[in-house]
Amino acid sequence: MTVYVTRRLLQMIPLVLGITLVLFAVIQAAPGGPEGALLESGRFIDPEVIEAYRARLGVDQPVHVQYVRWISAAARGDLGVSFSTTRPVSEMILERLPATLELMGASFLLAAILAFALGSLSAVRQYSWFDHAGTGLSFLGIAMPVFWFGLILQLVFGVWLGWLPVAGTGTVGAGGLGDHLLHLVMPALVLSFRYVAGWSRYLRSSLLGALRADYIRTARAKGLSERMVVGVHGLRNALIPVVSIMALNLAGLFGGAVITETIFAWPGIGRMFIQAMYARDYPLLMGILLLGSVMVVLFNLLADIVYGVLDPRIRYE
Amino acid sequence: MSDAAAPSASATFWSELARHRLAVVSLAVVGLLSLACAAAPLLAPYEFDAIDLTSIRAAPSWEHLMGTDDLGRDLFTRVLYGGRVSILIGVLSALLGTGIGAAVGAAAGFYGRVVDNVLMRITDVAYAIPTLPLLIVLASYTEATATSMALVIGFLSWMTTARVVRGEVLSIKEMAYVEAARSLGASNLRIIGRHVLPNAMGPIVVGATLAVGNAIIVESSLSFLGLGVQPPTPTWGNMLMDAQATMATKPWLTVFPGMAILLTVLAVNFIGDGLQDALDPGARSSR
Repeated sequence: MTVYVTRRLLQMIPLVLGITLVLFAVIQAAPGGPEGALLESGRFIDPEVIEAYRARLGVDQPVHVQYVRWISAAARGDLGVSFSTTRPVSEMILERLPATLELMGASFLLAAILAFALGSLSAVRQYSWFDHAGTGLSFLGIAMPVFWFGLILQLVFGVWLGWLPVAGTGTVGAGGLGDHLLHLVMPALVLSFRYVAGWSRYLRSSLLGALRADYIRTARAKGLSERMVVGVHGLRNALIPVVSIMALNLAGLFGGAVITETIFAWPGIGRMFIQAMYARDYPLLMGILLLGSVMVVLFNLLADIVYGVLDPRIRYE
Repeated sequence: MSDAAAPSASATFWSELARHRLAVVSLAVVGLLSLACAAAPLLAPYEFDAIDLTSIRAAPSWEHLMGTDDLGRDLFTRVLYGGRVSILIGVLSALLGTGIGAAVGAAAGFYGRVVDNVLMRITDVAYAIPTLPLLIVLASYTEATATSMALVIGFLSWMTTARVVRGEVLSIKEMAYVEAARSLGASNLRIIGRHVLPNAMGPIVVGATLAVGNAIIVESSLSFLGLGVQPPTPTWGNMLMDAQATMATKPWLTVFPGMAILLTVLAVNFIGDGLQDALDPGARSSR
């Protein structure tokens, strides 16, 4: 196992290098370069100032020199300096990371709980009205744009019913954990909806498959209660593929967080990303994209490891 | 063996598809919607950019079925016109993404070895970069048009198709008919085009259908952030752009364009689901 994980970690190196090349090319293709935002301000700026600015950022160097400089700094955790705040990008990201991880974690938990409940009940009562409702819900979850679902929730629960705060992380002056958690409910629900939809359907078909297996017939023949048959023998085997899909989808949560945080004014990386986009703050954009990509790669590895741990038939040589 | 005894492949396909009632209804819904949007200049009660300052943000009424926006433009008219752009972008980018994915997947699966390795590592890299954030950066570079949106979204949505098609091709290329074609002296390109890809069409078509829905959602998300096709041309996404600010008092500005997206994507996905069952009847037993 250790050998396998080490080998996979080593294989990640060329993959991450490939990712940095693509991201670097994308940022290089940006129109106007770093001084674009300065020039667009409409003020007259001395060309010499622009030259000095470019030299200070190192963007007057040939492309490959810039890339090598950037990548060797990035390897040491230095992602450059933000154009808009002139603060280190890594510092800005670390500052916002907890909020994003909190939102992603809460959404993941919520999605897992709802999907397990929905998926297993749908499988046990196949073709019941509950099962059909679950299918309908999952199609909705996949067809609904995240931002629109967020807007509708804000409208219904925030504005009309007044049950939940519309945005932010806490009421000014109120504070407290309860207040904070109330603010978390809608963003987490919005971000998790798509995964509730996907995972519950996946668990349903996986559980239906598992319940047709021979060991289930044996368990029933032994006279075990239906609860034991489904809960212990069925679910445990049905969960294996679902859990690895869940680990894979963790990465998708990051993309969704960009939109969700923007709608709910959640002060995480996603919202900072959108602000950086409007400000044309390319080092910051690049840093966040890199972080997101590395997260995807790591979660993929996690998915494979989880799969092996849950299913002893899988061998890693 | 007479023709009457065994129904043709296409007859089986159509009867299987007809059994999926939701897919049939959805096909009708998408057909009608697309027709209505295409015929927007004939159907729409107003001009899409006709500003009427005497009825700004009017609630839905018989005069304005879906109300009016902050410039007094008729929302129903704009939803119809917006659908043209949104559906067009959805279809074009799905075609582009599926085309690239099928070509990459077929080449990787058919040629194997170095070609496979290189193409699949490129796919891995493209897969690892979060698509939506990358799209947001790329879309912010230029003033978007329907074509540029379709290109950007299409170029970033080929990876799943490539992986699926590669898997299909790996098994298809071992078939006897491929061997037969090769022994008759057919070139590789001809074998791929005439024998391999047609037999991988099922998953390609299903993937393309689902990609249309996905692209419509992505387009609306980008437009919501102000990165899509610019006003005054309406799209379902950019109609929602300013909706958040006035949502509390003028909910119809948020509800109707969103419902249009939801209805279209839902129907398109049902069609994809039906196609999947019709093209692969054996897999249906687990549903």
